[in-house]
Amino acid sequence: MATHEFAAQESHAHPGPQGFIRKWVFSLDHKVIGLQYYFLALAAVFVGMFLSLLMRIHLVAPTAILPFLGDIKPETYLTLVTMHGTIMVFFVLTTAPQGGFGNYFLPIQIGAPDMAFPVLNMLSFWTTFLGFIVMLAAFFVAGGAPLHGWTGYAPLSALQSSGPGEGLGADLWIISIAIFCIGALMGALNFITTTLDMRAKGMTMMRMPLTVWAWFVTAILGLLAFGVLLSAGILLLMDRNLGTSFFVPLVTINGQLTGHKGGSPLLWQHLFWFFGHPEVYIAILPAMGMCSQLLSVFSRKPIFGYKAMVYAILAIGLLGFMVWGHHMFMSGMSPYTAFAFSIMTMGIGVPSAIKTFNWLGTLMRGRIRFTSPMLFAIGFVSLFVSGGISGPFLAQPVLDIQLHDTYFVPGHFHLIMGVASIFGIFAATYYWFPKMFGRMMNESMARWHFWFSFIGTYAIFMPMHYLGMAGMPRRYSQMTEVSYLNGLIPLQKFITYAAFVTIAGQLIFLVNLFWSMFKGKQASDNPWEATTLEWTTATPPPHDNFGGRTPVVYNGPYEYSVPGAPRDYVMQTDPEIKPAH
Amino acid sequence: MGLILLIVIWLITFVSTYFFVAKTWWLPVGASAAAASIDHHFTTTFILMGVVFVAAQVALGYLVWSYRDRGTASKVAYSHGNTSLEIVWTVLTTVLFVGMNLASSSIWASERFRAAEANSVQVEVTGMQFAWYFRYPGPDGKFGATKPELEDASAGGEAALGLDTKDPASKDDVVTGTMVVPVNREIEVILRAHDVIHSFFIPTMRFKQDAVPGLAIHMHFTPIQTGEYEILCAELCGLGHYKMHGMLKVVSQEEFDKWLAAREAEKQ
Repeated sequence: MATHEFAAQESHAHPGPQGFIRKWVFSLDHKVIGLQYYFLALAAVFVGMFLSLLMRIHLVAPTAILPFLGDIKPETYLTLVTMHGTIMVFFVLTTAPQGGFGNYFLPIQIGAPDMAFPVLNMLSFWTTFLGFIVMLAAFFVAGGAPLHGWTGYAPLSALQSSGPGEGLGADLWIISIAIFCIGALMGALNFITTTLDMRAKGMTMMRMPLTVWAWFVTAILGLLAFGVLLSAGILLLMDRNLGTSFFVPLVTINGQLTGHKGGSPLLWQHLFWFFGHPEVYIAILPAMGMCSQLLSVFSRKPIFGYKAMVYAILAIGLLGFMVWGHHMFMSGMSPYTAFAFSIMTMGIGVPSAIKTFNWLGTLMRGRIRFTSPMLFAIGFVSLFVSGGISGPFLAQPVLDIQLHDTYFVPGHFHLIMGVASIFGIFAATYYWFPKMFGRMMNESMARWHFWFSFIGTYAIFMPMHYLGMAGMPRRYSQMTEVSYLNGLIPLQKFITYAAFVTIAGQLIFLVNLFWSMFKGKQASDNPWEATTLEWTTATPPPHDNFGGRTPVVYNGPYEYSVPGAPRDYVMQTDPEIKPAH
Repeated sequence: MGLILLIVIWLITFVSTYFFVAKTWWLPVGASAAAASIDHHFTTTFILMGVVFVAAQVALGYLVWSYRDRGTASKVAYSHGNTSLEIVWTVLTTVLFVGMNLASSSIWASERFRAAEANSVQVEVTGMQFAWYFRYPGPDGKFGATKPELEDASAGGEAALGLDTKDPASKDDVVTGTMVVPVNREIEVILRAHDVIHSFFIPTMRFKQDAVPGLAIHMHFTPIQTGEYEILCAELCGLGHYKMHGMLKVVSQEEFDKWLAAREAEKQ
């Protein structure tokens, strides 16, 4: 890449490890670790999706006998709910955007040869991997996986006798999450240190791509949130196995005393949501960064309001820790605090709205190229708006009275933190695949995948809002017991059909991914004509990212269509531009 | 591609909005004193957010079509943004979001900050896997003591609650599986749970509150229409969560008095 300026430093290229184990299994290379995280998340997402398919089948055909699986009992349905949520939130939405793409591209985008602590990085992946194995193991122990939901509200989650799956399965569930937290904490430390200390010369904080800002703030959120969940999980394990009563007051199960007294079920909820709400932003911030990046690249235009975008990410990160109580308006918490949490929650809508305005502002007066990553970025904006707009309903306690714990809530969060984040992951996959594997993904398959996913997502989750308004509670395995719910079954059937079609569409992605790895068109070093540092290096990048040289940065990350420039993009490593405004 | 995106985004927006506006699936009938103001605020929020939703999606569809790459005909505006515009929409969204919230705070305050009136009808509601029990204090106006060690869930009724029959105040307590209340009177519910968290949800009363073991949560609502209404459990409570429901019967004051007297008579 002779066209790019590099610092005149002596070469200190490191040869990569040669053995299979050191290169692909216990690798210290952030790029390999990024791929490991990515494929872990890919395995997890297919498990999670399969569970959701079983849920959808059971909801509309509660007595159906499935091949190999038999009938699904109400408690099995709740197990599916629990494991679907847990696997998706932890091992997909937290793992792929941050552990996967963050690991692979954060060091390259700031011009670093690796993460600050490569050994710690390897450990965080293998810790996360172990967590996933323990989570899956919960399916296979006596009693099966727990049924207490991904939020694990005590005392349901704290008492072995509260239901099937609340024995060893529930212990494994907690242990898995605790292991995951340890991995996430190590990862967070690494990301923060790397961003602060490993930036190349000229890569000031305000020249960092918005993806890097998003990963950086996500890491800070993770550092503050996962520690709390880890502690809460340990306390819950003690309640379950050592006879303590942190979360359990004097309760009886089926008239039998349990031996607990004095604990507070609300304490669990406070600790859980102190983690749980920032977790929403841990899932969505990297997708927001990704979307900002792609809208700029493919509109061939600088991002609208870079500084405002950075401040919005920081504001979301900060406010994200002050709103956890909006999950608890109906919990028995003081109604006065509900008022405060509600105001803060409406406040967090403001930076989110700013980001949406700026995305639209970026598209305006651009020259939009409809590549597959761009389609998913545009889809992300649409989903983010649709999922965001239902937020102010739930954020007002007086409306939450009716909507809390109805289908309105899964409709809301699946659009915004679920599928919008997944769209970020898809966009990132199509965008960075050429850099990671040296080949392009197939565009027509990608487009079909987009249409299935985009239309399918709306067909599944928009009707859930209608169900919620009509009073359909969440986590009901059957609708046959309550008379007015019977009338909603046709809508549930529609959702199930939509889920089948949408999930079928995901197979296109899977085929494209593996087909393109071996048969895709050869990719050039900078196929999208983008400006950030990963496009200045070879494809795929060498072991130390820049082949022994350290890039020097002179420009911001989004210099597209600069008047007077020879091309419609100016690399971050190009000589500093002085555009005539 | 720009045109297809525009059409799909607009179609999704209009179809989604149609089902809201046509009220194909909408809130159930509101039969409590608070329902009118809650529903009114719901509609206000719905209109405001609906306008934002449609405007943003329509703009998105239009922009991706209008600014598609048309080769040399496309002129890109080299701009890093516009600070005054940023300030304008920050202020506007702040006013919209916080204003909407403040507008609803008085309803929340009347529902939750205020204790029940002194002359309200008291009903103790107890959730346990997977049933609701309702207890009335009887003529003495006092609930008798309950003891966990006396609970016998399989026996149902008083025994399920662990009512201490030695306590004089318990002599006239009435325990039922159906909640019967008089119309146009404020009902004070005292929510309890024996085992795990349940949530007492009466959609038509616009009422929902978790019942938490270890806590006695006092709430109130005023039914304004006679009839029978479903009571559901809204908080995941175990394998029978989906069938943990009950009935609320709202009757005239006379019918209520007669019903309660009959239960008292049965007990003696």
